[in-house]
Amino acid sequence: MRKSTLFFYSLAAEIILLGMLLVHASLSASQPKWEETANLVKTLGLTDLCLFTEARYTRHLSQADLNTPFQDHPLSLEHFPSGSFTLPPEGITKDHERLD
Amino acid sequence: MRGWIEKQRYILDFTLSSLLRRKVKNFGLLVLYALIVFILASMMFFTYSIKKEASLLLKDSPEIIVQKLMAGRHELFPLRHIETIKNIRGVAAVEPRLWGYYFDTHAGANYTLLVPPAGGKIGKPASKTAVVETDPHDRAAEHAGQPLFRFNDVALEPGTLIVGQGMARARHTDMGDFMPFRAFDGNILSFRIAAILSSESELVSSDLILLTEGDFRKLFGIDNDYVTDVAVSVNNPREIATVTAKISRLLPDSRPIIRDEILRTYDSIFNWRGGMMIVIFSAAVLAFVIFAWDKASGLSAGERREIGILKAVGWETSDVIQMKFWEGAAISLTAFFSGVILAYIHVFFTGSLIFEPALKGWSNLYPHFELTPFVSLEQLTTLFFLTVIPYTVATIVPIWRAATIDPDTAMRHSGE
Repeated sequence: MRKSTLFFYSLAAEIILLGMLLVHASLSASQPKWEETANLVKTLGLTDLCLFTEARYTRHLSQADLNTPFQDHPLSLEHFPSGSFTLPPEGITKDHERLD
Repeated sequence: MRGWIEKQRYILDFTLSSLLRRKVKNFGLLVLYALIVFILASMMFFTYSIKKEASLLLKDSPEIIVQKLMAGRHELFPLRHIETIKNIRGVAAVEPRLWGYYFDTHAGANYTLLVPPAGGKIGKPASKTAVVETDPHDRAAEHAGQPLFRFNDVALEPGTLIVGQGMARARHTDMGDFMPFRAFDGNILSFRIAAILSSESELVSSDLILLTEGDFRKLFGIDNDYVTDVAVSVNNPREIATVTAKISRLLPDSRPIIRDEILRTYDSIFNWRGGMMIVIFSAAVLAFVIFAWDKASGLSAGERREIGILKAVGWETSDVIQMKFWEGAAISLTAFFSGVILAYIHVFFTGSLIFEPALKGWSNLYPHFELTPFVSLEQLTTLFFLTVIPYTVATIVPIWRAATIDPDTAMRHSGE
């Protein structure tokens, strides 16, 4: 078999596989499995995802004190690894509405 | 047209044979290239999906949370302020919330302890009836029912807990086990685990412990006149900003947090400007720049000689450029598709195995969760233009320079 034919076959196989994965993505998104979780959020009034449980300002990012990351004193620099994945909550750095 | 296709296939045949002659070098290049695409695609899939999942999960979080601040820190909220908020026009209900943290020295983990709103009911009831939620605004129903919360038909009663999967894992506990807590006054309080929250909800409930109001107050010594904060719901969602402004004016020591802020906080999480993200992103871009630099800075003596021979046997400049185009396309397309497929499997089938240790950080209660795949064509197109196009262009430019020189000069270079 010619090398170009082999190349096009392998490329076609990769494209078909990617296409199947995209079909899997759209099927998964159309059959949401987060309904139970969304129900839990609504019933319990939860506000945050449980991604980083190291500190209160990483566990509840949206409820964090306004003075984080300087939690305890001005030289207490952010030292939790999760701090490197997150930006300060929106509300801390800018106002989107004038509240006064 | 058929002739043109045949010609391109012959050029491609020749290109692939030429690539296979330098197997080790080109295979190494392909693996490295696919790895860069894999890292970038994994990052893109993971961040997009978690943001999307957060926005879907948290869309029903409380409309406004009002905290009390003292000396810049979150303080307990006095119940007497609830009336002030209730009197604001447009406020539908004010729900006091009791929640806090407990550090478990045995597991080295922080738990979130929460008192569920009275009368709430979640989970799949054993009787297979539909899940019924009580209306939080319906005070009559709240008092008519028992002041307890039900999960999968298990009632939350004084002395019992409903815990998240992460917490159960960390303490190796199961339903029916007892769990001791050290109360604020040093006394040990023991609670029986009545139920464990489902693993599907781990993304929001891994570290959660639900307990009754009486037990919560007993554990932390919180006076009956205080709660942690309050959740405010409004009649008209368009009035949220107005109600929030009124709360700020009436209670200057309070801090209202609206649902939109919560959603935007999670929209900015894993932003590419965030620390770790920019490190990964710049490492990948730098590796790519080295690739492109290697290609654009010139050809090896062997490649130059090959071009000289091809031109001497009658190949035209355009044929040489086409050959190099196919070389770039063969490597970059194979690397792109392999990288994207592997990234999809990594993020959505293996639970981001490679990212997990970094994401876990210091937390012992990292949730086990499967992200719902949200992949858009826009993401794939962006990735394609970031990786395939620059590489193919970087391959062609030096070739054009080399292909225009005299074949005799090109062949006089010896060695590789």
